[in-house]
Amino acid sequence: MKPSNPTGHASLGLKIAVGLVLLFLHFPLLIILLYAFTTEEASFQFPPPGLTTQWIGELVNRTDFWNALSLSLSVAAVATLLAIVLGTLLAAAIYRGKFFGREALTLLVVLPIALPGIVTGISLRSAISLVDLDFTFWTIVIGHTTFCIVTVYNNVIARLRRTAHSQIEASMDLGASTFQTFRYVVLPNIATALLAGGMLAFALSFDEVIVTTFTAGQQQTLPIWILSQLTRPRDRPVTNVAALFVILATFIPILIAYRFTRETSE
Amino acid sequence: MTTPVKPSVAVRLADVCRYFGEVKAVDHVTLDIYDGEFFSLLGPSGSGKTTCLRLIAGFEQPTSGSIQLYGQEVASVPPYERDVNTVFQDYALFPHMTVGQNVAYGLMVKKVPKAERERRVREMLDMVRLPGMENRKPSQLSGGQRQRVALARALVNQPRVLLLDEPLGALDLKLRQQMQIELKAIQERIGITFIFVTHDQEEALTMSDRLAVFNHGKIEQVGTPADLYERPATGFVAGFVGTTNLVSGDVAYRLTGSPEMFSIRPEKIRLCPPDTPITDDLHGVGGTVRDAIYLGMHTRYLVETDAGCDLIVVQQNLESSSADIHATRGSRVKLLWQKASARHLTETN
Repeated sequence: MKPSNPTGHASLGLKIAVGLVLLFLHFPLLIILLYAFTTEEASFQFPPPGLTTQWIGELVNRTDFWNALSLSLSVAAVATLLAIVLGTLLAAAIYRGKFFGREALTLLVVLPIALPGIVTGISLRSAISLVDLDFTFWTIVIGHTTFCIVTVYNNVIARLRRTAHSQIEASMDLGASTFQTFRYVVLPNIATALLAGGMLAFALSFDEVIVTTFTAGQQQTLPIWILSQLTRPRDRPVTNVAALFVILATFIPILIAYRFTRETSE
Repeated sequence: MTTPVKPSVAVRLADVCRYFGEVKAVDHVTLDIYDGEFFSLLGPSGSGKTTCLRLIAGFEQPTSGSIQLYGQEVASVPPYERDVNTVFQDYALFPHMTVGQNVAYGLMVKKVPKAERERRVREMLDMVRLPGMENRKPSQLSGGQRQRVALARALVNQPRVLLLDEPLGALDLKLRQQMQIELKAIQERIGITFIFVTHDQEEALTMSDRLAVFNHGKIEQVGTPADLYERPATGFVAGFVGTTNLVSGDVAYRLTGSPEMFSIRPEKIRLCPPDTPITDDLHGVGGTVRDAIYLGMHTRYLVETDAGCDLIVVQQNLESSSADIHATRGSRVKLLWQKASARHLTETN
């Protein structure tokens, strides 16, 4: 290890560098924040000629926005729920199981998130038309679940590996059935991992564009609605307000998930 | 066949094997453990003693053979339907539950009413000398206290057999000796069968009514501590239980007139002046003291004998001081022992 700085303070140069990196990362977000309140609706003038909250009101009255938002929320909720159930089952099977093809199976589970979304999207599209399915809410859910499973699986299997297997044996030894052991010993041990994995899954699903494009048909989730808004320059401030919603909706669960995993790993 | 009072058999293993692929963890083990006994499974690591315990608990299923608990075949009965409980090596306490909830767990899953549950938990915590600790979390306890909670959690279910998997392994020496005494006292008080796995021969000797010595998945010998110490059946048992001198072949022939392998305990050999006569009931050999280690209560000598082997000899320090003992190095001596003290053994690996 390098000797650490005895004062614990970073040098001025480092501080400036960190500041610049943060600015680079978050400058676009600041632009969105600023131009969600501009009075000039079509172009990006700097500084904005004036500030107003009228776009929030305008967005609230847009039914297409509310439809897109509610579709996104329900897709994310259902996909997350499915991912929690399937991801946990997968983790439980792979964690203790010693069977032929175990490593290959692990790879197959992680693949959907490692592959470019475009590949997942096009293959889902082909599969959906192959079995002659209509594009519905459920086709989007299926698409999202493929990559949501991974976040749940990863969190749960990491937690299971840190849980002493003897606890499960102790529970059975004390007379608990398989279900009781799951309910009283396994579930409390993996609860925060489930929550963290679930929230990440929700956030992933909520702002997903690529896979959704291939599985949504004519339906508009929120990200796709925002994308379509780009063709309407006069709606730009309204779109910016919607983008702020997305930032909040994504940021809060990630923050909570981060807190949960940090608390339990200490 | 006609023994008048035969204690009932608590656990019977009949020709039990457990193979993991090529590895014969437990290899044709046959063993009766009696009701109310403190029985130890002793052996080096990998000798099959823990697997044997796990077979009795139900965490493993035998590859072949029969396991009976009080006359009932249990080889395929799941652990939660067996009337045995286990104290785990790592205690396996549930970290998200309090001490009280941990101890009450077995009663809770069996739907014992809350009031009775609380009463029995309190009784158990009193017995393991942790009164009033119900609301602590396992992480707030010391190793010795966790050990006691694990014991209480198992015993609260009133099992007919308690299985203990090296439960004292993680404790320091002082605490270990204290827990040995306490465990033994608890076992005598409640009178159920304890099956205790350990690799520590001293622990096994002090605590057990009887013990089985395991080696390479097989039982070498079963008996009381005195049986095993005084009359080891094999070279392995003689070497594993206590310290011994194992002599065989030509050297044995020169010492005893027979090439058969024998074991002679260091404390059974007398260190005498070189001109001491050898009487009929004794074996004896001349030698030179190569090393003498003063150990307070006794001294351990390494003697190079004229028969061509080194023997370890332990003598009580009746009147010698450490200065005298160092002076014995290099001196000529005669070693004598009762013919009956030498145990002839069958050779094993």
